[in-house]
Amino acid sequence: MSELRFDQVSVRFGTGSRAITAVDDVDLVVPSGQVVGLVGESGSGKSTLARAAVGLVEPSYGRILLDGVPLDHRAGKRRPLQMVFQDPYSSLDPRMTVGDTIAEAVPRTAGNRADEVARLLELVGLDAARANAYPGALSGGQRQRVAIARALAGQPDVIIADEITSALDVSVQGTVLNLVRSLQRELKLSMLFISHNLAVVRYVSDLIAVMYLGRIVEFGPADQLLTDPQHDYTRELLAAAPRRGTTSSSPYPSQRTSA
Amino acid sequence: MKRTARWIAVLRTPVGAGAGVLLLAVLLLALVAPLLWSHQATAIDTEHLLEGTSAKHWLGTDNLGRDIFYRVLVASRTSILLALIATSIAVVCGLALGCAPTVLGRRGGRLATAVVNIAVAFPGLLLALFFAVVFGVGAKGAVLAIGLAGAPSFARLTQTLVAGIEKRDFVAAARIAGVGRFRMLSRHILPNIAEPLVVNATIGAGGTLLAFAGLSFLGLGVQPPAYDWGRLMGESLNSIYVHPAAALAPGVAVVIAGLAFNLFGEAVAKGFGVPVLKGSRLPQGETAPAAEVDEDAVLVVKDLHVSFPGPVTPVRGISFTIGRSEIVGVVGESGSGKSLTALAVAQLIESPGQVRAAELSFLGAPLLGRAAVRSTAAARRRLLGTSFAMVFQDPMTSLNPTMRVGAQLAEGAREHQGMSRRQAMNRAVDRLRAVRIPLPERRAHQYPHEFSGGMRQRAMIGMGLMGTPALIVADEPTTALDVTVQRQVLELLEQIRTENEVAVLLISHDITVVGQVCDRVLVMYAGRIVEDLPASELYTGARHPYTRALSAAVPDLDTPLDEPLAVISGRPVDPAHYPSGCAFAARCEFATDRCRTEDPALVSHGPAHQVACWNPQGSAAWQARYPGTESIRTGQR
Amino acid sequence: MTATASVSGAAASFGTHPWVRFAARRLGRLVGSVLVLVSAAFLMIHLIPGDPVRGALGPAAAQSVVDAQRESLGLNDPLWVQYLHFLQHLFTGNLGTSITTGLPVSDVIRDRLPATLQLAVAAFVVAVLIALPLGLAMGVLTRAGRRPRAELSFTSTTVVLAAIPEFLLAVGLVYVFAVTLHWFPVAGRGSASSYVLPVLALAIGPAAVLARICRVELLAVLQTDYLRTARAKRLPAVAVYLRHALPNAVTATITLGGLLLGGMVAGTVLVENVFSWPGLGSTIVSSILAKDYPLVQGVVLVYGAGVLLVNLAVDVILAVLDPRSTIRES
Repeated sequence: MSELRFDQVSVRFGTGSRAITAVDDVDLVVPSGQVVGLVGESGSGKSTLARAAVGLVEPSYGRILLDGVPLDHRAGKRRPLQMVFQDPYSSLDPRMTVGDTIAEAVPRTAGNRADEVARLLELVGLDAARANAYPGALSGGQRQRVAIARALAGQPDVIIADEITSALDVSVQGTVLNLVRSLQRELKLSMLFISHNLAVVRYVSDLIAVMYLGRIVEFGPADQLLTDPQHDYTRELLAAAPRRGTTSSSPYPSQRTSA
Repeated sequence: MKRTARWIAVLRTPVGAGAGVLLLAVLLLALVAPLLWSHQATAIDTEHLLEGTSAKHWLGTDNLGRDIFYRVLVASRTSILLALIATSIAVVCGLALGCAPTVLGRRGGRLATAVVNIAVAFPGLLLALFFAVVFGVGAKGAVLAIGLAGAPSFARLTQTLVAGIEKRDFVAAARIAGVGRFRMLSRHILPNIAEPLVVNATIGAGGTLLAFAGLSFLGLGVQPPAYDWGRLMGESLNSIYVHPAAALAPGVAVVIAGLAFNLFGEAVAKGFGVPVLKGSRLPQGETAPAAEVDEDAVLVVKDLHVSFPGPVTPVRGISFTIGRSEIVGVVGESGSGKSLTALAVAQLIESPGQVRAAELSFLGAPLLGRAAVRSTAAARRRLLGTSFAMVFQDPMTSLNPTMRVGAQLAEGAREHQGMSRRQAMNRAVDRLRAVRIPLPERRAHQYPHEFSGGMRQRAMIGMGLMGTPALIVADEPTTALDVTVQRQVLELLEQIRTENEVAVLLISHDITVVGQVCDRVLVMYAGRIVEDLPASELYTGARHPYTRALSAAVPDLDTPLDEPLAVISGRPVDPAHYPSGCAFAARCEFATDRCRTEDPALVSHGPAHQVACWNPQGSAAWQARYPGTESIRTGQR
Repeated sequence: MTATASVSGAAASFGTHPWVRFAARRLGRLVGSVLVLVSAAFLMIHLIPGDPVRGALGPAAAQSVVDAQRESLGLNDPLWVQYLHFLQHLFTGNLGTSITTGLPVSDVIRDRLPATLQLAVAAFVVAVLIALPLGLAMGVLTRAGRRPRAELSFTSTTVVLAAIPEFLLAVGLVYVFAVTLHWFPVAGRGSASSYVLPVLALAIGPAAVLARICRVELLAVLQTDYLRTARAKRLPAVAVYLRHALPNAVTATITLGGLLLGGMVAGTVLVENVFSWPGLGSTIVSSILAKDYPLVQGVVLVYGAGVLLVNLAVDVILAVLDPRSTIRES
């Protein structure tokens, strides 16, 4: 496993006066074998940053380095970064079996593909016989396990997980989070874990980065950032995040009036 | 496989079966007619020129004495064959143009899109005439003309379909996996657009057949001595006075053949699309006379059922009461029936859904069944219009996009409170201010798309405050919002509750939200309330295994990091097949034989606490039986 | 107040006001389409295999006549010179001379255009007047699976009517109402009654399609969240339909209706030929058969321009009716 580094990365969409800066001069490091949680609200640019890392969008400025070497996204090359998407109903091709989907991501050098697919399915807690199933026959949680298996199939150096539990029901969310944690510890994965939910990010991350309006406004070890937040927006996120047993009969101190 | 099953389903519908048989007959005729009857169709009978209908010539003869009936039959092959060739040209060219953006990359794709955009603006017939001039008059020219003229609309269709597939994450995933352009096209895109493409090609073939007949009719298509249906029509139009059958018969043939393609395509399209809910209506439920009126209750619900044809009953026997300025939360997974409960209470379940209840009354006025007839419909509407407010989940779609926000707030007040336009508008601005929307005068004149999500949800709440609400039913009001905005909307609801003495029914899938805001929580599972408890006891005093598992499964900022999260194994119950016992038994680690056979009722477990469970957790009796199983955090078996 | 002024002022100064952007984008598309249309009409003659003049005058014509005609059409010049001349003539309204009659093409068009326009406009008005009320009423009556039998008969009738092309419908109408019943004349353009059959033949098909679209759109709107909001306001049913459902259903209908109107312009070609209507439609067919290419070129330009104008009108109407559509695209 290796270190992923964003070096002054900016992503702009559109041109001229209508250009939107989705990611604004981001410096971020995902250290080897650690999980960096990236938290922020919708439109803060966290998904764009992820898509830039895997080459789905082109950064307009800056570099994305893996162990100090710029990433090469040309077709046919090995892909050292893999991504797990938010919606498991959209991220699996309905016309391909689970096995074919995973096999497509297995590098040609990896030997027997069928064995590798079976190994990966069992790794994510699915029966190897599921390789012949179509995604339509699987539940949301099972689909997300397949998506994780596909990401692992590419033998990546870094995995990017983009809101992987937000499309799932609460009772399933737990199983996927448990799987991510156990896989990460077992395989010593480097991971960028993106979520709008601070509690979810806290549960899986070693380090937490807070993104707001395209910028990283705070970055640090998880426990330190949660107990001693420095930036106003981090404090606001913390105040808005639910805690159990704090039924608020008293009104909140209102700070902002516009939404 | 599933696909064959759907084909069978298509062919079982009357339209699908009829069109299928018709299409088969038409194709068969095209195959055999020239083999069997081409002699009769070309035999010249100089003794019977331009004759009417007779026993010898069923549809009469043409100006050379040839039998028109046989000519129409034999013309089927030319007509259909040429139409199919033209359709293939259209599909192939359209497919090539439509897939160009995927294969050629950005610049080439943009050019292809621009070409299609311009070409598709011109009607097919005009394009066909243009190409007919270029390729020359005749069958070959007409086939090319009609094929090329049909290409732009197929290209547009392909582009739309491809764009839809390319938005899906599996294409992005394949790209990350290093899949090349051509493999992407052949493996991921084409298989996923094949079905709609084939269906549209079938429908298109019908259109092509008619268009070809049109060209031949004008004399620009098939040239003599060859003939197709259009040619036959065109030749006999001038003698329509003396000999109408000669002009009408080929016309009827064209229509039948065109319809066969058209209808079959439509039937397949419908069969592969979303199935429509159909079936007999359920009998209207009997409603018991209302019980004594609870003076303090805003809303009384007793034994509420919501059912749909199928029959499916997603809500089955729910009872609760909401007191004045009380905030009651309803929590459950998707499919638990919580949103349908909210809609049923608000009288917004549309046909074919059916609502019945032993009692459903709002501020003492019955809303349902025989008792409701006593109060007139108009009075009931006014009561609901002024005192009952709704807030829906998605603020992006819940406001009318073509109406200004102020007018949307004002119209209810004009309707129910008899305000003038100006009064209602002033009230609307005042209410927008009350829900803390900045610059309310200006905002009232804007359209919903000019509002942010949080502001729209505030406007929805403001809409409910136009009258003097006693109850706000909020169905997942914060699910579509960011956490910081969510907090502001929840604050607003709480503030309104305290200032205006309004009761709130808050539906949410998020147990932490409900636990934070509400006084009381109803936990729903499989269309039933399984636990009714004070929100303060949600994490400490919940008795139902489902409630406990649900609260343990959701991480919050206090979740211990060294243990795995609790999970609830298995899947939710299918509302079409409820088990005979407790619906949660199959997923419950404490289930006994009794749970699987007998359905537990909601019974009291201390003040303001009801549980529907045979083995309620945390009770003294239960702990005596199973010591040491207090922690359910490690819910894995 | 000051905020409003400064915001709109700033927007205008950058030229990014949605309406400005909409106008610029739409104008760009129009210019592009016109260029394509004009170039296609010009190239049409040059794409024809062989010598178009020889084709038009026939093998019997003397070579000297052909040469003279080629010279007068400018076919001996280099292609780009011809194109420039073509554009130059177009700007001055000169569309060339008909080979068969020797009359200026612009005269022929001026002579024939009114008959076609009357037919197309009348048919459009009739189609809309039939389709909108019918489609909306059927939508309300058959919402949420009500009256399945009425829905089935409506759908099957409109499917069948929409599948019958104009010229077949025209022949059928002629047979029933002119040949059998003698209510209307068989062909020709004269008294008011001579308009009935051509207009109906042209209007019925599009009306059926439009009515179906209208119903489907209304049903889709009835399913939306904002209609549920309107019902939650406990408005009377009439207000819910007229104020909330209708405007939203109609915007979508207009988009598709515009395409239909374009098709109707082209449909006149066939209908005019059935009824011997002295319009552009019968002109273009006879000139194609006679290989009178300058005339074909002129009529194609007029038809194409008509279609582009219709599309432009639809877009402008949509932009006015639906405030989102101007924003959405940008």
